Amino acid sequence: VFPSSAFSFFCQTLLLRVFHEVEQAYAVWPMPQQMSQSTDRYPINPQLLAFSYARDSAAQSGCSVLDAAFERYFNLIFPDFVGLSNIWSEPKPFTVSVKVKNGECDGFPDEGSNESYNLSVSAGQAVLKAESVWGALRGLESFSQLVYQDDYNLYFVNKTEIEDFPRFQFRGLLLDTSRHYLPMPAILKTLDAMAYSKFNVFHWHIVDDPSFPYQSRNYPDLSSKGAFHPMTHIYTQSDVKRVIYHARLRGIRVVPEFDSPGHTQSWGKGQPDLLTSCYKGKVPSGTFGPVNPTLSSTYQFLNGLFKEVTSVFPDSYLHLGGDEVDFTCWRSNPNVQAFMAKMGFGSDYTKLESYYMENIVNITAALNKTSIVWQDVFDYRERIPMDTVLEIWKGVPADYRAELGRITLAGYRVLLSAPWYINHISYGQDWRNAYTVQPQNFSGTEQQKKLVIGGEVCMWGEYVDATNLTPRLWPRASAAAERLWSDEEKTSSVDKAFPRLEDFRCTLIRRGIQAEPLFVGHCKHEYSGL
Amino acid sequence: AALLGSSAPGWIKKQALAPLTVSSVNTASDEVALWPLPQKFQTSVDAFRLSSASFQIVHAKESTAGPSCSLLQNAFRRYYSYIFGNGRKHGKNLENVFDADLAELQVQITSADPECDGYPSLKSDESYQLEVNQPTAVLKAASVWGALRGLETFSQLVYEDDYGGQNINKTSISDFPRFAHRGILLDSSRHYLPLKVILANLEAMAMNKFNVFHWHIVDDQSFPFQSRTFPDLSHKGAYHPYTHVYTPADVKMVIEFARMRGIRVLAEFDSPGHTFSWGKGQTGLLTPCFSGSSPSGTFGPVNPILNSTYDFMTRFFKEVSTVFPDAYIHLGGDEVDFSCWKSNPDIQKFMDQQGFGQDYRKLESYYIQRLLDIVSTTNKGYMVWQEVFDNGVKLKGDTVVEVWMNNNVDKELQNVTGSGFTAILSAPWYLDYISYGQDWKKYYTVEPLNFEGTAEQKKLVIGGEACLWGEYVDATNLTPRLWPRASAVGERLWSDENVKDVGSAYDRLVKHRCRMVRRGIPAEPLYIGFCPHEYSGN
Repeated sequence: VFPSSAFSFFCQTLLLRVFHEVEQAYAVWPMPQQMSQSTDRYPINPQLLAFSYARDSAAQSGCSVLDAAFERYFNLIFPDFVGLSNIWSEPKPFTVSVKVKNGECDGFPDEGSNESYNLSVSAGQAVLKAESVWGALRGLESFSQLVYQDDYNLYFVNKTEIEDFPRFQFRGLLLDTSRHYLPMPAILKTLDAMAYSKFNVFHWHIVDDPSFPYQSRNYPDLSSKGAFHPMTHIYTQSDVKRVIYHARLRGIRVVPEFDSPGHTQSWGKGQPDLLTSCYKGKVPSGTFGPVNPTLSSTYQFLNGLFKEVTSVFPDSYLHLGGDEVDFTCWRSNPNVQAFMAKMGFGSDYTKLESYYMENIVNITAALNKTSIVWQDVFDYRERIPMDTVLEIWKGVPADYRAELGRITLAGYRVLLSAPWYINHISYGQDWRNAYTVQPQNFSGTEQQKKLVIGGEVCMWGEYVDATNLTPRLWPRASAAAERLWSDEEKTSSVDKAFPRLEDFRCTLIRRGIQAEPLFVGHCKHEYSGL
Repeated sequence: AALLGSSAPGWIKKQALAPLTVSSVNTASDEVALWPLPQKFQTSVDAFRLSSASFQIVHAKESTAGPSCSLLQNAFRRYYSYIFGNGRKHGKNLENVFDADLAELQVQITSADPECDGYPSLKSDESYQLEVNQPTAVLKAASVWGALRGLETFSQLVYEDDYGGQNINKTSISDFPRFAHRGILLDSSRHYLPLKVILANLEAMAMNKFNVFHWHIVDDQSFPFQSRTFPDLSHKGAYHPYTHVYTPADVKMVIEFARMRGIRVLAEFDSPGHTFSWGKGQTGLLTPCFSGSSPSGTFGPVNPILNSTYDFMTRFFKEVSTVFPDAYIHLGGDEVDFSCWKSNPDIQKFMDQQGFGQDYRKLESYYIQRLLDIVSTTNKGYMVWQEVFDNGVKLKGDTVVEVWMNNNVDKELQNVTGSGFTAILSAPWYLDYISYGQDWKKYYTVEPLNFEGTAEQKKLVIGGEACLWGEYVDATNLTPRLWPRASAVGERLWSDENVKDVGSAYDRLVKHRCRMVRRGIPAEPLYIGFCPHEYSGN
């Protein structure tokens, strides 16, 4: 056979000498907490790259999460690998050795998951150490981004040391499958891309006014009457399982949202008497408002639904919504008025909403789940358990900063999504706005700042479906991902982020994610779909 | 509304063709959403069934075109598969609510020359008549170009019932475009657009009856057009000399693909500004900028004072004029920055010699004038951006001026047409400017002829273009960003000016976008809702 290792070594040396100008810091997105690199680079031969479990790793072969990740990352690192050996490449093995302390491989990521990892790349090997498999996944992602191809398509990795951990434990992305139905491939692909940006929570805003695609085991009419189409525009139990499974393998939690008492028009179609009947004068107008909070049948139903939902979705959090409740229908209904009088609420309908939310938060608590609710619930001063998480979605920076101060002062944990409503598009580089958010820049004690557990990028679905979701999400969501993972001081310059994000978007394209361009320019491998 | 409920004999004669009425009572015809709306349109509730096994699109006996007309043969096949899907089977419809089957669509070309092998032009006759009646539908058009438009309309008339069967209602249509030039501009310089994306968008253009692909093929950022005469232009000026270029074969393919759909390919080679990428492969073409008394190492617009510039342009446009068969070439001429010219002592000297003083617009005009003379020798007409007209360059009578600046559009149209030049409008239709919400309504409600002018002047506005500049657009997001927003422009340019109700347009456009999705075009949603067949492309 032609190539001898001596010849190959000669070529290698030649390439190094002639093309050393290609050297650049091979960036990782989001930026690791600590990273040092040298210009020393090591060739990687796809034939001879091996992922392996370190001898002293608690997880060993058979660990579902890591076995699957090894296969996945091999393909991500070598996108055009066809099994043929490249005669020009170095016939030296390269080993990625993974060691985790905690050998749990069959669980689900949760709020307590440790995602930290250390990665050390040197000649012929990368050593990845993590507390848990979830941290190992983050480390594998970073490693995959360190590997690059030169102009001769040979693979290299530079000598690198990384010590990394997330700034915030909750880094979420919201998809809305009610305003438009998102087919399964669109959701699964989004989960793939989330992992590339180290997002770890998929907030599934699964139902809302326009449609109810979740197929319930106990209440099948909800989707058979409330979905856009009872057969083609639903998520069956096995679809949901598949999403959860796909997410778990990528270290992503799936937090479903069943938003009520507002945003529930579609629920009413399959669940008679759930919604409040609106009145025009003394007669029902035929239209319906929010969930009827005065009936015990309402709470029986919700108890049944949430019992099912919390058994289907393994995450310890359940998002209960609670936003944008319009009181006009409640006001119009004489039975609701009578209930208000009986409860001594006067004409303060926020008290009625509080009453409702307290009830359903308690249902959730009884099911051993933590509730997330939108900020409206806090604003109405409801008595909710202290472990409830509030999510801020309203306002300009001054508003959400003040709200961050108020909620954390009251001792609640909080998520920030107000500055990351990326369904709002505009001309130009609006990723810069998402990037420069400072989630902990509000007046409050250190203790208060710690109550900011993270944030979410929200892609509401009014104008988004499978045709345009992916390019609208990426790489704009990646800007927020770096804010949520990386050190704020080290990533304070949006201009320094620009070339890194440009590179990263080309990486996404190489991986089949149709991430849109930041500005004029090109990727070596352009997107080849439509 | 003239809803026709009976199929009595003399059906057409009894009812004068009422313009712009869409039947809406019958649920079946609710499924039908024609876009852009035909000029004259009449339909009844009488429905016929189309059998995928036996329905055919054929040449009428009287047609001047026959099976040797490959343009139509291809179109027949294309529209058959749009109507029936690719090989989809459906069971027999058990409920016999139909009078009968529609057995075939006969296409009859009436001119002596059907133009099967020709190229569409500004003067092409795109009008057609369509009569759908049992057992045969007849589509009549003077040339293949009208037949293509009629085939699209026919395919839009077919709707699917709840059993998956294909149906069409008895219908009579007489249609023609309001404007002759209905264009889409794509920019393949700011980002390279793979061939696949360009071809898919030509498909989508045909679905919306657009007839001009304005190919803004090169600009400052890159020069992907591979020239035979000057191969260095793309070799050095493209983003990548092999993967990010359009070879002569690629260009041919685009032109033929467009021709098959009745679409002209109007190439733009913009100069003297917007030419940074040209300089990489053509030394000496661009003006060296000076910093004080020495060259700064940077370059400005094309150097208008050198004979070598005009020699180059002569040879280059000679090639371009043979590569692109269209009768027009777009020469650009927009946004020339004078600062580099001002800095260059040789240019200053030339300005003095020519007596231009400090008026650099005169220098620009001098350049454009010479360029136009060069292009004239190739027997092509030319199109230019509005600055060329604004700066008083002497233009040939058949020059088309493209109005793109969104301030004083009406005044500009008044001036251009007042000077006797034809104009096309793109100012209100820069679709690269995105915003949250339903901005298609803004594009839809534009009335191109709202400026003050004589009837004669209004006739000189021959159309418009939706422009999707490429700063923030590439293959990843182009198609959903363009469609269905450009469809709004498509209807404005095709349909009668009285077709302007946004509410009824919304209902039709929602269905039309689902139709595009069904045909594989990832057209984005207008608002909340769903398509029976969602996009499954990724």
